[in-house]
Amino acid sequence: MIREFTDADDYHSHMESIDSDIMKNTLSKVSELGSRTFTEADVRYALNKERLGPEDFAALLSVAAEAFLEDMAQRTREETRKYFGNSVSIFTPLYTSNYCENGCLYCGFSRDNKIHRAKLSFDGIESEMSKIAESGLNEILILTGESRKASDVEFIGECVKMAADHFNNVGVEVYPLNTEEYGYLHECGADYVTVFQETYDPDRYAELHPFGPKRIFSYRFNAQERALKGGMRGVAFGALLGLGDFRKDSLACGIHAYLVQRKYPHAEISFSLPRLRPFINGGYSAEAVSERQLLQVALAYRIFMPFSGQTISSRESSKFRDNIVGLSATKISAGVRVGIGGHAEEKKGDEQFDISDPRDVEEIRKALMEKGLQPVFNDYVRV
Amino acid sequence: MDDELIIGNRRFNSRFILGSGKFSLEMTKAVMENGGVEIATLAVRRANAGGEENILDYIPKGLTLLPNTSGARNSDEAVRIAMLARELGCGDMIKIEIIKDSRYLLPDNCETIKATKILADEGFIVMPYMMPDLSAARSMADAGASAIMPLGAPIGSNKGLLTKDFIKIMVDELDLPIIVDAGIGRPSQACEAMEMGCAAVMANTAIATAGNIPMMAKAFKLSIEAGRMAFLSKPGRVLQNGGEASSPLTGFLEDVR
Repeated sequence: MIREFTDADDYHSHMESIDSDIMKNTLSKVSELGSRTFTEADVRYALNKERLGPEDFAALLSVAAEAFLEDMAQRTREETRKYFGNSVSIFTPLYTSNYCENGCLYCGFSRDNKIHRAKLSFDGIESEMSKIAESGLNEILILTGESRKASDVEFIGECVKMAADHFNNVGVEVYPLNTEEYGYLHECGADYVTVFQETYDPDRYAELHPFGPKRIFSYRFNAQERALKGGMRGVAFGALLGLGDFRKDSLACGIHAYLVQRKYPHAEISFSLPRLRPFINGGYSAEAVSERQLLQVALAYRIFMPFSGQTISSRESSKFRDNIVGLSATKISAGVRVGIGGHAEEKKGDEQFDISDPRDVEEIRKALMEKGLQPVFNDYVRV
Repeated sequence: MDDELIIGNRRFNSRFILGSGKFSLEMTKAVMENGGVEIATLAVRRANAGGEENILDYIPKGLTLLPNTSGARNSDEAVRIAMLARELGCGDMIKIEIIKDSRYLLPDNCETIKATKILADEGFIVMPYMMPDLSAARSMADAGASAIMPLGAPIGSNKGLLTKDFIKIMVDELDLPIIVDAGIGRPSQACEAMEMGCAAVMANTAIATAGNIPMMAKAFKLSIEAGRMAFLSKPGRVLQNGGEASSPLTGFLEDVR
């Protein structure tokens, strides 16, 4: 089963294969812990530990831990405050293109989905970035659909260079790249890389990704390692909750990040908590994950890796976001447009999914201040 | 009583150094006033904003900034951040903070020694944050450090003086001011550090996580002053296990003293 995705023969010619046992170790740990039944005593034991291991993390993600949500929240808030005080970072994503070569069944950008496709020109990108910078933001995340043809590495590199002129902190969330390519983007000015594995269950992954380069599970899995080898400072992990068993996917995602951090102790680690959202023409029915369950995952990530960043998506409602920042989340997006463009001029292409929290930077800033939190527009200096 | 804290060519009356960046900016002034703070650290990466919520806009006038190099993973990066701090007008004091461990946030002494040498040669008043190790501290002193800042416990842990014995060795053996940097969680721990001869104490999380932040700042101020006073008044020897005969082992000597 796993072999199908690790076999180098499956790799497309451009895909680099690195020597790493993190995927094997993650999947075997998940298969061991994911099938275990945890009791309330296991949860209590985990909550009383100062530093948790993968087994304790699994206990916090278990059904038994649902009864301890408030205890987990108390511990979480304490950990978050220790490491981050009351600071919450604000950033915004910029979608530069929605062309895609993959067939992900749950995504609006999917190749065969009939949506309006577009790619921003460099002039368009410049005006979008200027507009975003006017709002006071100092951190940007550049996204593209997953198409090497429509948005090649040189194009992404140019976007990064332009972003570096406007913002101190530039991250990319693009298709997985080789080490050298990450190195190139790092040279251009990017320091952070986000790649969501979507689901960590290889069989489910195969069903959901019927074609396209994204089908190669292990190439995606090893992206964070290649990014760090390429010189990036930080990497973000995420499972798209609702695609498979959210407990096992979150468990795998946490262990993946845990093992990467052990191997690269300097790496800044962060988690995202995306839940499946409706999209244009989307008929895909997902296994529902409730807000309560989403919160459980957020708390478990924080207690397991208390030093990690945690980003809360505009997929979630303003109420949920306002309550999770300062509790476990340390970063929130604002003024989000998930179509192509739309900050400076009318949007050029359709959205990846529907967002739930449309508030702009000023509104998010106010909401944070009202909660006694400190909005942070810049926490990074590139040297 | 004239009891100034002297770091490089700078003199201070307060021995409470405040960390910033973990509590609301609008509270900065009240915390500093309540704590009688004269020096506040500042992450250059936060200061370099220019845009919204710039921490520099909230620092009261007359306060000495101690910019730190947080975010640096090696001596090269620390040096570049220090130069940037100077360009930003943050003065010539610099706290070197070099961390390449995102889990425990423990400092790298080897890289810190290198950065200390370069920045001291550049004319900075260098205050390295370090793991309390006498040999490394001596190297930092030789490299031109103006004070040594050993950690009491991991950053943010509020665990107090876990490294007490090693800090005491440094206090006894080095002529530079020893300033306990991270880990102090309670005023009583700050007091203990001062009582054993540390020159100053830095705190951030302990204050930022308090229910009443300005009041906790004041509690730290008072405990640091109390500890300092106790140190200066040369505490008497603590007798263990009750009383002690005046000379139980040498009383047999019959020589006239």
